[in-house]
Amino acid sequence: MKKLTLFSVLVLSALIAFSGCGKKDKTTIDGKEVVMGFIYVGPIGDGGWTYAHEQGRKAVEKETGIRTIFKETVPEGAEVKDVIRSMIDQGATIIAATSFGYMDYVAEIAKEFPAIKFLHCSGYKMGENLSTYFGRIEQPRYLSGIVAGMKTKTNKIGYVAAFEIPEVVRGINAFTLGVRSVNPKAEVHVRWTHTWYDPAKEKEAAKALLDEKCDVIAQHQDTAGPQQAAEERGMFSVGYNSDMAKMAPKAYMTAPVWNWGPYYVGEVKKVLAGTWKASDYWGGMKDDIVQLAPITANAPDGAEAKVNDIKKKILDGTFDVFAGPIKDQKGTVKVPAGSALADKDQLSCDWFVEGVVGKTKGK
Amino acid sequence: MDISFFAAAVVAGTPLLYAILGELITEKSGQLNLGVEGMMLMGAVIGFKMAIITGNPYLALLGAMAAGGFGAIIYAVLTVTFRANQVVSGLTLTIFGTGFASFMGQGLMGEIVPPDMKLFFADFKIPFLGDIPILGQIFFNQGILVYSGYLLTIIAGLYIYRTQIGLNLRAVGENTAAADAAGIHVSLYKYVHVIIGGVLCGLAGAYLSLVYIPSWQENVTAGRGWIAVALVIFCKWNPYRVMMGAFLFGGLDIIGFRIQKFDIHISQYIIDLLPYIVTIVILILVSVRKSHSGSAPASLGVSYFREER
Repeated sequence: MKKLTLFSVLVLSALIAFSGCGKKDKTTIDGKEVVMGFIYVGPIGDGGWTYAHEQGRKAVEKETGIRTIFKETVPEGAEVKDVIRSMIDQGATIIAATSFGYMDYVAEIAKEFPAIKFLHCSGYKMGENLSTYFGRIEQPRYLSGIVAGMKTKTNKIGYVAAFEIPEVVRGINAFTLGVRSVNPKAEVHVRWTHTWYDPAKEKEAAKALLDEKCDVIAQHQDTAGPQQAAEERGMFSVGYNSDMAKMAPKAYMTAPVWNWGPYYVGEVKKVLAGTWKASDYWGGMKDDIVQLAPITANAPDGAEAKVNDIKKKILDGTFDVFAGPIKDQKGTVKVPAGSALADKDQLSCDWFVEGVVGKTKGK
Repeated sequence: MDISFFAAAVVAGTPLLYAILGELITEKSGQLNLGVEGMMLMGAVIGFKMAIITGNPYLALLGAMAAGGFGAIIYAVLTVTFRANQVVSGLTLTIFGTGFASFMGQGLMGEIVPPDMKLFFADFKIPFLGDIPILGQIFFNQGILVYSGYLLTIIAGLYIYRTQIGLNLRAVGENTAAADAAGIHVSLYKYVHVIIGGVLCGLAGAYLSLVYIPSWQENVTAGRGWIAVALVIFCKWNPYRVMMGAFLFGGLDIIGFRIQKFDIHISQYIIDLLPYIVTIVILILVSVRKSHSGSAPASLGVSYFREER
């Protein structure tokens, strides 16, 4: 017995020593430890935007073994510069700033610390040591539109949306194109809330849409307020950001979701290999950075097959969500057949496609 | 505009109703407590935490009321016993309550109210009253906390205007020295009514976190506590007007979503501003025409020193 104990202790310590060594070799570059810092705009438990980035951070720790640090609920103001400095003091060599509003401050501080590598999400400023990255959430949004289009009986789908900016307008267009690909009679009714994060207001907007006979609710918001409105009325919903099944088990059908892990892990690996260069990344479903959450039993029969069919074409590159012909709300052809909406036009999109009921301007 | 809008306005106005009623009772005792927002947040977080831990709606509501009352006790000790500046103490209470709620709320993110508790708070029709056309659909097809809000308003009205204690309370708020001379225990009256006010503000917060949203979110009140303070003036310190003020402002808060479907050429941002614009206009109107019946308790905001009488 004693021998067995001694033996296991030896084996265990050997394992620990071995794994320790292995870790050390992998997580340093030129003898300096690589540490990644994450700056979040919300709390990691928001079940939405920040939660999705937090999953990416966990993937980095698990797959590359490097040390990571993070700070929650950092306002989109000059304070972010102090947070970055404090992270650098704590040894961070890579910093991911995960909200649009950090952009100017990150760009400023990146010049001050040329040896630190910066990643900024959803912006457009770049530098020697500053990358920008985002995902084509429009692809899974189109797929979620297919599910909604097949589900609706009233042919009215409600869409609770935050602000009249290209990112949101583009998402509504992709969703509507998905809806109309299976149900040309359906309309998507948009309601603006002018907030990213106010569950009471988001829920009220969804209730207004439900009162207008919408029977499926989709959202470009960061809380599950609209999902709960659909649940209470016995109607159906499409979420956003992350799997919201827990929030509305009887209503929720699916959601376009973020999967930041592959991007973060890829960047860290490049840093460790010494091949990292600032880049402009806009990945899609084939890069696995955006996904469609598992389709639940609330979805209509046949939706999964239809979605998988299109998904396959998106993955092998034979299907473009914004391929023509696309008409705007007035019926004018905006994208002729045989071409597709260019990236730069997607980034400045300020018009709705045919089938959307709502206005892209706040007046 | 249809009936469903008015029913939704009642729901949106209910957290305001509790908060206005709480602040009104507090102010009747001559204490101006600006900590409504803070006490609401304290009630919201403790109510939600109790809901998750115990799964019992009564304990959840009790916890929310205790938390709101606790905030009010801090304020009462500062302003009644130590006669600190009421405005500053109230503002401090709001800051404290906001921090308290984010601290206690850590780890509650993403949690939702248990389903059987949702059933407890769910809408149900009141027999007979609920069958009245239009009015029944608007007012009597609601949840338990909406109904208790109606009841509390009426009880508060009877209490303040029809009981001896209510008369004493008004005396304390109007002329503290005279009330003291008449043998009314001024400090006790102030303490009790400040705490009742806090308890009601705690309930207002619990309504948001347990019924309205039913999940936890930081800063769930989003400024509703401040609107409640202004609405006490709108209601002219008359509890019977509280319902009108609360539901009117509940309606203004959500009207934007209902008129977006019409082709109206008003900026959506102006509509978002409506509740605030109306608040300012009402504050001006009230101060311009100073009718005797609708003015603030005369000793409101003034600390009482017996020696100076």
